[in-house]
Amino acid sequence: MNAHSTPVLAIDSLRVEYPLANGSVFTAVENASLVIQPGEIHALVGESGAGKTTIGNTVMGLLEKPGRIASGSIRIDGKAFDATKGSAAGIVLGRDVGAIFQDPMTSLNPLFTIEDQLMEAMRFHLKLDKAAASARALELLESVGIPEPRRRLKAYPHQLSGGQRQRVVIAAALSCNPKLVVADEPTTALDVSVQSQILKLLRDLADSRGIGILLVTHNMGVVAQIADRVTIMHRGKVIETGSTQEVLRHPKATYARALIGAVPRIDQRLDRFPVLGDEGKGRAEEARAELRAKAERQEAGVDEAPILSVENLCVDYTTSGWLPGSAGHRFRAVDGVSFSVRSGEVFGLVGESGCGKTTIANVVSGLVRPTAGRVTYRGQSIAGEGATHRVGPLRQAIQMIFQDPYSSLNSRMRIGSILSEPILFYRLAGSRAEAESDVARLIEAVGLEVDAAQRFPHAFSGGQRQRLSIARALGARPKLIVCDEPTSSLDVSVQAQILNLLKDLRDATGLTLLLISHDLAVVRQMCDRVAVMRQGQIVEQAESETLFENPQHPYTQELLSLVPTLDRIRGETQAA
Amino acid sequence: MFKVLLSRLGQAALVMLVVSAVSFVMFRYVGDPVATMSRENASVEEKAELRRSLGLDQPLAVQYGRFLTRTLSGDLGISYRNQRPVTALIAERLPATLELVIVATILSLALGIPLGVLCALKPDGIAARLVQAVSLIGISTPTFVTGIVLILVFAVSLGWLPSFGRGQVVDLGWWSTGFLTVSGWKSLILPGITLALYQLTLIMRLVRAEMIDVLSSDYIRFAKARGLPTRYIHFRLALRNALMPVITVTGLQIGSLIAFAIVTETVFQWPGMGLLFIQAVSFVDIPVMAAYLLFVGLLFVLINTVVDILYAVVDPRLRARSA
Repeated sequence: MNAHSTPVLAIDSLRVEYPLANGSVFTAVENASLVIQPGEIHALVGESGAGKTTIGNTVMGLLEKPGRIASGSIRIDGKAFDATKGSAAGIVLGRDVGAIFQDPMTSLNPLFTIEDQLMEAMRFHLKLDKAAASARALELLESVGIPEPRRRLKAYPHQLSGGQRQRVVIAAALSCNPKLVVADEPTTALDVSVQSQILKLLRDLADSRGIGILLVTHNMGVVAQIADRVTIMHRGKVIETGSTQEVLRHPKATYARALIGAVPRIDQRLDRFPVLGDEGKGRAEEARAELRAKAERQEAGVDEAPILSVENLCVDYTTSGWLPGSAGHRFRAVDGVSFSVRSGEVFGLVGESGCGKTTIANVVSGLVRPTAGRVTYRGQSIAGEGATHRVGPLRQAIQMIFQDPYSSLNSRMRIGSILSEPILFYRLAGSRAEAESDVARLIEAVGLEVDAAQRFPHAFSGGQRQRLSIARALGARPKLIVCDEPTSSLDVSVQAQILNLLKDLRDATGLTLLLISHDLAVVRQMCDRVAVMRQGQIVEQAESETLFENPQHPYTQELLSLVPTLDRIRGETQAA
Repeated sequence: MFKVLLSRLGQAALVMLVVSAVSFVMFRYVGDPVATMSRENASVEEKAELRRSLGLDQPLAVQYGRFLTRTLSGDLGISYRNQRPVTALIAERLPATLELVIVATILSLALGIPLGVLCALKPDGIAARLVQAVSLIGISTPTFVTGIVLILVFAVSLGWLPSFGRGQVVDLGWWSTGFLTVSGWKSLILPGITLALYQLTLIMRLVRAEMIDVLSSDYIRFAKARGLPTRYIHFRLALRNALMPVITVTGLQIGSLIAFAIVTETVFQWPGMGLLFIQAVSFVDIPVMAAYLLFVGLLFVLINTVVDILYAVVDPRLRARSA
């Protein structure tokens, strides 16, 4: 890198504070320093609450009130930047600093065309007239690789796919030739194949235009793939900083080591995820043994037949026509899928968004009716042909864990009531007192303190809530749990804990899991067998190890090659 | 777009069919029309003859069918009280109500939107707090109280404005308007304000809530991050998004303003539809009441349809869905 030129961004001992209502002060960022040279991608990594987004927002001039810069300085292209006003002498946000946001679905205004939104900044900052701005907008769309750019200019955001919208956002960020681009989780909302294209595009911009990029992300794989330098943050403080290779290969700080260790690996299967701190085992194991003993009293021997089998399942979604009876537009979400899940195993369904994996989860749990084919549970049809209305025992046997732990727990109910609901509903306890003690066992089994029962969901973090969702599912004493992206809204270290918990529960209570995920590394770590889906069909189905070591279908091979992983670090691939 | 239009029209026809059935039932069962129409000392034979000539001896379905054909051809019957066709009565009164409603709607939009934006942009400012407090009073005071207070202050004490009627109207043949004379305008002010007040507060509060919502959205943050001027972000970008629900509410409110201007019209003795209806109720003038019911039903159906179409014009996402 060109170390002697003026850095595009130099942050020196920055401290950002939020005064709280009680007069004390919350320090979101403490003594943070970092320097970005032209053409350099600097990754700012950390878990939620680390302060990385606060730094990103401050540089973009989006620091929300009452947040304030208590001390330290930010220099953009060598000029002092007043972040509270969002201005600097000679620096204009949007012209010299470009921004890329996380969710391309929400960062474009739905009521204006792509052309309108691209032209705005150029007309204000570069004083271009309409024709010139329009011509440049077309150029920009071409340069970020959008097919048929001329037609796309007149399109509205909803007419573009997620990846295309993110390209438009990047084009808008580039429109006034910025020196610095702040990208806040630019690929988190995208599928792996789109993610890899967007990352390549960002790398290209840094290399060919000499733009410095501040990349805020939680994804270590992304960092490994495109960043030159990394800064790891934890609770507002910089833990470690250095070249990507150095930090990812030989992290010095304990937290950095633990954080990197917690990233699920796709290259080999580990017995457990390494986690930060102690998992509080003893009591949890006893509680799990108790749960198991209780469950087995009802159970008379397990047969070897598949617990769940899905046969030629098809699901169509139709938009209704304007006259009753007229057929509207029809979309086949699941197209002739068959697989079976053996008792006691973890079966994984992977694929990109829109491949139909969640639809299958919904059919299995009875939330969506299939168009054709059927699903059987221990030989009894539960959905599709021959299925009758699901009665108590069947409903009880199949439970679900949802993706978002914030919306899946009723915020107006105490944890005790939430957890005792399935127990009382299925009459699994003789008395209210027994139900309460069952709830206490459940809470212990997922590694929380018993007094959690008295509290409301808002008192818990995302990871703790997901533990409670698991406890709620276990409360019904299910045989099969459908987990729909159970960890994709959690931090890596919390994800590791939740996945370990699911593994432990599986071992302790003999559960069967159907795991739906887009994250191939998680699937490799968790599953015994895996099915890969694309456009409503299963393209490959195999034992997990076989599939990851020796993928047969080209689509599986492509997916695997696109996942950004820690064993392909940028500096090294260049050297090799 | 065409599909949506057709389906909306289908729904509208269905709703009108139901409304007409209710209206018909009212005709048939609220009191005996024969008893109301015939002389006091009419003989049984005379009554039976009248019943036959009115077609009231026919089966219910046939009667309803006739009612529908008559209604569709614009014949809504004869008012018992005025002995004139109901259609003519309504046509005579409609302009007064519509002009009042137009003034009230323009007033509430012209004041409500800017005030709502002000409250959203400077939520802690003195002006915003004052507006909020006053709006609370506006939304909780009944219309007749506001009307009477306004009359007391501006008509009785100050004597600036007339307290009742439309003033001088100019007859354009099919439409009598108060917009062309000074006294007509003067007469419009007080009832216009009275009718607008509730809607004004509603729109203001809606715009404020929507605007606050939109301002915290990602696309507005993205616009800020691109360094666009604040004024441009607020008024060109955010306001347009915030106005989406305002369209629906204003549309529906216009309907209720026309249909329920009754109170205001009574307070100001405004010769509009509402006053016509109130008089019809006190004289059990069933044809007028039934016609009013039909008219209000038609109005709401029409407005809903127009609002749906307007939505598609403003929001490109809906255009795509309907195409």
